[in-house]
Amino acid sequence: MKTKTAELFLATALLALLLGVLFGLFAALQYIIPDFLKDYIPFNKMRPFHVTTVISWIVLCATGSIYFFITRIEKLRLFSPNLAKTHFIIFMLTGIGIYVSFLTGEMEGREYLAYTPILTIPIVLAWILFGVNYFKTVVKKVTNWPIYYWMWGTGIVFMIYHLCEAHFWLFPYFREHFIKDISIQWKSYGSFVGSWNMLVYGTAVYVMSKIKGDINFAQGKIVFFFYFLGLTNLMFGWAHHTYIIPTQPWIRYVAYGISMTEWIVLAYIIYSWKKSLSKENKQQYPMAYKFLVAADFWVLLNLIVALFISIPAINFFTHGTHITVAHSMGTTIGINTTILLASVLFIVSKINSRYNTNQFLIKKGYLLFNVSLFLFWCSLLVAGIKKSHWMYFTEEVLFSEMQNSLYYIYIAFFVFGIGIATSIVMLSIPLLKALFRSIKAD
Amino acid sequence: MSSGKTKNNVLIVSVLVTLFCIYNFIIYTSKDRAQPIMLSTEAIQGQQLWQKNNCWACHQTYGLGGYLGPDLTNVFSAPNKGPAYIKAFLNSGVKSMPKFNFTEDEKEALVIFLKYLDSTGYYPNYKADFKPTGWVELKYKNED
Repeated sequence: MKTKTAELFLATALLALLLGVLFGLFAALQYIIPDFLKDYIPFNKMRPFHVTTVISWIVLCATGSIYFFITRIEKLRLFSPNLAKTHFIIFMLTGIGIYVSFLTGEMEGREYLAYTPILTIPIVLAWILFGVNYFKTVVKKVTNWPIYYWMWGTGIVFMIYHLCEAHFWLFPYFREHFIKDISIQWKSYGSFVGSWNMLVYGTAVYVMSKIKGDINFAQGKIVFFFYFLGLTNLMFGWAHHTYIIPTQPWIRYVAYGISMTEWIVLAYIIYSWKKSLSKENKQQYPMAYKFLVAADFWVLLNLIVALFISIPAINFFTHGTHITVAHSMGTTIGINTTILLASVLFIVSKINSRYNTNQFLIKKGYLLFNVSLFLFWCSLLVAGIKKSHWMYFTEEVLFSEMQNSLYYIYIAFFVFGIGIATSIVMLSIPLLKALFRSIKAD
Repeated sequence: MSSGKTKNNVLIVSVLVTLFCIYNFIIYTSKDRAQPIMLSTEAIQGQQLWQKNNCWACHQTYGLGGYLGPDLTNVFSAPNKGPAYIKAFLNSGVKSMPKFNFTEDEKEALVIFLKYLDSTGYYPNYKADFKPTGWVELKYKNED
């Protein structure tokens, strides 16, 4: 692909990350100062701005990375560069449409997909175009697919399915039965996350195999075993989000069993890769390597939390508290963002081999990012424990009193959020400059 | 990896996808465990208002949603709460809550939706039964 569509996806992704973090700070501030921006963008609008924008970061960055890898590193001829451009244009126009939907209050959708549901049509269409372009490019052109091709293909197909499933509530058959409706809504969300994880983890394995310079790593039996385990989780493990909903018990039994295998997947893959890596490989892409090691750390921390909260007796107390948020922030920021930043650092090194990814801003940003995120994550755990205590072990204490008692934890949460935002600015600006230079070149 | 291995991988994915299709079919067609009251036209209108105003951004149902406001699963039947309490809050603009301008009909529709929601189950499920295996047996509404 001689066009710069991959770079456009990546640059837009980084801009979305910066904007999404800014929205997140504004939303967090409303926990401390309830009247802040309330008359202009109240929390019920600010939160979807934040959520949608950071999800866009993950999706756009994974997509841009895949386009870049298959065309610029694997040197495959893209089936249709025009389809890729159309994909990008549809995402951009839909993004504008989603922002207008939030600003005007036309939010007939549901949590995480709160925009007016009609906008799902172009989003699904863009994913179909991506799928057609991807499969037409790689099927029959690549033999003996390494695991990342499977993961990317799986992510695209299941993203299409679960985006549709997340809108089943539009049909009266589902909407009229609240328990079934909310279960399917959360089933789709769980699998929606599983789908983007396939894209992101596929990207992680790709970058790892390229740093190592050995494709065999991505073709071994063990990575395939873990891929199938991950796929099983994507399909059947969603219900640990909904243990507390009075669904049929068998749905929760299945989820309990399958959830216990979650997360070991990526932790093992990164661990075995790190062990087999030579010093020379590490030095060639120092910052991409460091970010992948950080992802390993975050996988382990979140693995512990995920395994605990997948046990129904523990989930009973953690569900509906900030511990769930710690889990989601730990995975989306700690794991997904860290992997995707590693991917962008790797790509920037490929675009310009003289580009110094080991520069001051990136090195210090890396440190600040991980320290701030760890403290942010801990403050969420503390808030969750306090809320759980309020829910199950106190009586006659009002919700507002419980919220007031969390005031200083929310301040800490906001301060560490500023740390994360600052580090993301430090990391994104040099990468954006490099990407824009590449877009302008030729 | 030989093409034989590729075939094996395709076979495993096909088996998983087949199981997934069967699993989805059962989930989509299974009956609810509890038998709530029917979601009436007014309750659907209330649900639409709930979504249009993105109430899930701040409030939860069954612990799912935002944490700025309280969970509303059983607000309809909670002691010292109920329809009048809900209606009083809706346009109050208290703390972070936006100052809504719901009409009386809209307030009523939201109350009916919350009444319906309340009939579907309990959250928090204080009467749940803990098993030594780590399993939790939930208390259902129709077990009263």
